[in-house]
Amino acid sequence: MMLRLGRWFGWAYTGYTFIFIMAPIVASLVFSFNADRFPSLPLQGFTTDWYGGTFTDPLVIESFQRSVMVSIPVALISTILGFCAAYCDFRFNFRGKSLFSLLMLLPPTIPAVIMGLGMLSYLSRIGLAGEIWAVLISHVVIALPFAMAMIRLRLAQMDSALEEASWNLRATPVQTLWYVVLPFCKQSLVAAFLITAAVSFDEFAVAWFVSGLNETVPVRVLVFLQGQVSPVINAIGTAVFTSSILLVAIGMAFSGMGKAKRAAADAPAQPACGTLVSNNGLSL
Amino acid sequence: MSSNTSRRRWPLLLPPLLWQLTFFLLPLLFLFVISFWSVVNFRLEPDMTLKNWDFMLSRSSFWSAYSHTWALALGAAVVTTCCSFPAACSLAFTVSERTRKLALMFLVVPFFTSYLVRVYSWQAFLSDNGIVNALLGLFGLDGLPMLNSDFGSLVGYVTLALPLVTLVQTMGFAQIDRNLIEAAHNLRAGPVRTLFEVIIPLAKPSLVVGALFAFILAFGDFVAPTYLGGGAPPTLSNLIIDTTKSGQQWPRAAVVAIMMILTLVLTSLAAVRLAYGRRK
Repeated sequence: MMLRLGRWFGWAYTGYTFIFIMAPIVASLVFSFNADRFPSLPLQGFTTDWYGGTFTDPLVIESFQRSVMVSIPVALISTILGFCAAYCDFRFNFRGKSLFSLLMLLPPTIPAVIMGLGMLSYLSRIGLAGEIWAVLISHVVIALPFAMAMIRLRLAQMDSALEEASWNLRATPVQTLWYVVLPFCKQSLVAAFLITAAVSFDEFAVAWFVSGLNETVPVRVLVFLQGQVSPVINAIGTAVFTSSILLVAIGMAFSGMGKAKRAAADAPAQPACGTLVSNNGLSL
Repeated sequence: MSSNTSRRRWPLLLPPLLWQLTFFLLPLLFLFVISFWSVVNFRLEPDMTLKNWDFMLSRSSFWSAYSHTWALALGAAVVTTCCSFPAACSLAFTVSERTRKLALMFLVVPFFTSYLVRVYSWQAFLSDNGIVNALLGLFGLDGLPMLNSDFGSLVGYVTLALPLVTLVQTMGFAQIDRNLIEAAHNLRAGPVRTLFEVIIPLAKPSLVVGALFAFILAFGDFVAPTYLGGGAPPTLSNLIIDTTKSGQQWPRAAVVAIMMILTLVLTSLAAVRLAYGRRK
């Protein structure tokens, strides 16, 4: 009896936790369509003015273009570097390996304000601060650990016999990497690309320090936030949220399709291998 | 073979290593260097002076910001850990695999929303005429001042850290061997005793690591204390921003940054020790 009560209490509590987590997200969605400029109850009626106003504002449009132009190369570079780092951690043993991994994974634990100040003073010394390159460079530093962690998780599921078999069949290490390891990691590479793009698209603190006049979307939002009450923030937030969720859904659909196809192809011949492949821990 | 692999690893090892050395480690070390430089006519000049350290560390305003930040971050760690504990327990022990996966997916959703937008949204909940006070009014209760206080900052910190901490805790609890819990049950330990003498000690690493994440996130965050906490008294991150942006005093801001890094390193070491140290 007491156990059941505890169980119900736990579920109710978990429900409240999710309400706490989702409340600000839902509220910003609701207020982005609310006619009243000030976000308060009761709601004043439906409008799409804030969206209209937002997406005709040249500053906002420019910041969107800039964010896209930064986040795609950031995602590409961090996924490639993240794969290199993850594979080194997986395959090789060398002195200082734990230091190497620590250096690779540390950046997200450094407060963004400190990273921002460090990047600003360092990059301005080599003449890059205030340039769009400064944002790109610092975002790769921050995003690379996420890519590395995701790809490393996938590599941990790889049977090391796969690579050995490939070497025994006289494939060169490069061929093995290209024809065996990379295809095995394909889904996690796509996932890492999407996540690192999202990290870059969302990062505001370091970008605020180093970007100078080249505002990205979140820096633009921060400037709005410093100004006054502005429903534009809700409109931008909702638009960005919807597009990132769409991106993630597309990524998941991709990885789901690949999974099903390969499991189906492998299942009749080699059931063991089929379960190995379908055991993809990285579908979010 | 070994020389072969060592030659093979360099093309893969060097690119990420060089990138993080050049653009992560060097900027952090450079902060340490410029903390000894001076500012002449709003320009940074190489120097070897202790006056920035002296200036910052001799001010009571620095130390009050320091203790305020430390207390807020500790509060955030404790509150977030306690808030997520029941939810993580029930997600790990009382729901089906399917529901758990769905819940974990929902916990990942906030990572795709802007933290800035969520904080702005909280303003609408917490302001004097906000949603929470409107709800309190429905029950005939007086409104409470919540915005521009430490409570507001805490709400922001919990928003930032709760999803991550719940994820970490749920995964920690899910790894506990169920047989041990059943053994405790068979040995007639009640649910409370099982919780404190079996589950919590076994899940200690994930509890401590979760709390450490919350501490680190809150210690460095400037958005919640500025836009929900009202910015006064300032936290260390507020201090860095003010000193950098309005005063152009990068060396002094670097002193604050290094003190923050030192604090975080020491706290992390203590936490790791607590998490993985010998169990009694």
